[in-house]
Amino acid sequence: MSILVNAETRVICQGITGSQGSFHTEQAIAYGTRIVGGVTPGKGGQTHLGVPVFDTVREAVEQTGADATSIYVPAPFCLDSILEAVAAGVRLVVCITEGIPTLDMLLAKASCDAAGVRLIGPNCPGVITPGESKIGIMPGDIHLPGKVGIVSRSGTLTYEAVRQTTDHGFGQSSCVGIGGDPIPGSSFVDILALFEEDPATGAIVMIGEIGGSAEEEAAAFIAEKVSKPVVAYIAGVTAPPGKRMGHAGAIIAGGKGTAAEKFAALEAAGVHTVRSLAEIGAGLSRATGWKSALTGGK
Amino acid sequence: MNLHEYQAKQWFAEYGLPVSRSMTVNTAADAAAATAQLGGGRWVVKAQVHAGGRGKAGGVKLVRSAAEAEEYARHWLGRNLVTYQTDAEGQPVHKILIEECVDIESELYLGSVIDRASRCIVFMASTEGGVDIEKVAREHPEKILRASIDPLAGPRAFQGRELAFRLGLTGKQIRQFTEIFLGLARLFQDLDLSLLEINPLVITRQGELNCLDGKINIDGNALYRQPRIREMHDPSQDDEREARAAQWQLSYVALDGDIGCMVNGAGLAMGTMDIVQLHGGSPANFLDVGGSATAERVAEAFKIILSDDKVRAVLVNIFGGIVRCDLIADGIIQAVREVGVTQPVVVRLEGNSAAGGRQRLAASGLSIIAASSLEDAAQKVVAAAGGAQ
Repeated sequence: MSILVNAETRVICQGITGSQGSFHTEQAIAYGTRIVGGVTPGKGGQTHLGVPVFDTVREAVEQTGADATSIYVPAPFCLDSILEAVAAGVRLVVCITEGIPTLDMLLAKASCDAAGVRLIGPNCPGVITPGESKIGIMPGDIHLPGKVGIVSRSGTLTYEAVRQTTDHGFGQSSCVGIGGDPIPGSSFVDILALFEEDPATGAIVMIGEIGGSAEEEAAAFIAEKVSKPVVAYIAGVTAPPGKRMGHAGAIIAGGKGTAAEKFAALEAAGVHTVRSLAEIGAGLSRATGWKSALTGGK
Repeated sequence: MNLHEYQAKQWFAEYGLPVSRSMTVNTAADAAAATAQLGGGRWVVKAQVHAGGRGKAGGVKLVRSAAEAEEYARHWLGRNLVTYQTDAEGQPVHKILIEECVDIESELYLGSVIDRASRCIVFMASTEGGVDIEKVAREHPEKILRASIDPLAGPRAFQGRELAFRLGLTGKQIRQFTEIFLGLARLFQDLDLSLLEINPLVITRQGELNCLDGKINIDGNALYRQPRIREMHDPSQDDEREARAAQWQLSYVALDGDIGCMVNGAGLAMGTMDIVQLHGGSPANFLDVGGSATAERVAEAFKIILSDDKVRAVLVNIFGGIVRCDLIADGIIQAVREVGVTQPVVVRLEGNSAAGGRQRLAASGLSIIAASSLEDAAQKVVAAAGGAQ
């Protein structure tokens, strides 16, 4: 078991003939992801990386039975690509591209919600269920099939947590990078709910950052709905407050958004927080009582 | 990207919103001439910088003669204005806005941002306009009225009317406010804004609404489709090193410490700064080399970090996902040789081809300190910079 993707997930790539889409789809195929096709308008009928290329997502879905898509098209075209995937009826959209205008994301998110489509990203490493399916740009070889669910706003911080859970021998059930943009397709709360329901997930690692109130919302959700142990780290204790213009940002934030606020909210919700990035694996040991492969258990 | 007040007001005027008659000048002589051209006997002169809090810092003044306007301009042009929203250096003044004076009956607040929590554009309005609006928001949140713009339905007139009535406006002010609300919402969407603020939005003694100030931030991701906004960019308001870093697609923010940091990924960069501080060190900067670091960009990153002469040691922390650590190692070796780095450099490589990277660093003959883990890296760089403080 896992969340979002597994060995059965049939995945297409929008932008498969571009350099990014091509490189990462090749890696995904090598990892064992069931890539069933790709989409590049005007290149329908070709074969690329051993899979058929279609002109439209609708055609790709009709002919391959794809239920998930990975989007690598340049930022100016992402809104259109997301809406095309929604219209074609895919269940899961993973958008890797960074630099999408925020107003585009407001529309994309509202459209996905209205259609009941799960959007992950943008500006994220993607989703992986180790040993089964990898949709995204994360290095496959640091993962280990196992029992920790990892959710993070940051790409390289996710890798850091993956490495530690692998080194400690716990492994991962699934890992989800929700992305660092102001308007992500899925929030911590969305992914925490999935991990709570997933029998393969024994504990959850959540990696947040300063800014916004997503971690505070997650804390409130955990207090009420999550029974599994959660270990959390928040990056940015030392980050200085940025130069500001005007007051509107501060008014809307209402005192939320600093690392101290986020740590406090999570601790009040019973989350095991770690102040050092290097402590995630050890923190997990303490929170769960699991024996670590590194220390021989403590 | 930010706009100046005078640029924001050009947009307000283009969208039919009420603003005072004004002129923008960049010499003292033109300041004097502008008073004559605008006419009347009182003008407000305002230093144009990318920061709020100008009034309290002396950057906004009421003048009663051409000579006074000229003197004000002579004082401020070419000087830096320091406000509570700038750093200690302040922001340079190159332009001055001269405006006809209006008699103020009361001051409202009207602002708009993208609210992450509700995932839509939110307008905020208050009868308590002016500099203490953040205090009002903290102590009397009920005095901040809100209207959310549905991303699919767009802004609607009833939302403007609702705000206007709740603000206690009457008569023709209701329609005027609704038009301002709709105009600003249109401006927000047309120009890809991330923040829009009119503080204060005044009611004049004649009972008219007037946008007396204007702050606009534009979403940097959307600049590719905003050519008129790009032309309004004023590089003099940007931090020089940050701008140079941006040219190389590096994200850099200067801090006060003495340990230079070079990391891939914004989250890991913040996490690295945090762990340096946990071990008693003090980071000199935030620097994200991005997902696709190349040898050239690593070299450029070294130059930018070392242009800060407070730096006593450098920590490089790379988790290779897609980037290969052996190529990063080549970049570090090249940079240390070319740039002539004399400070100790601690390097931690992890992930993709990390073992190869570590071998190359060891074989380079350079005195690079290899770290085996994040913890080890933090301890070593703090020691190299002279120990914990």
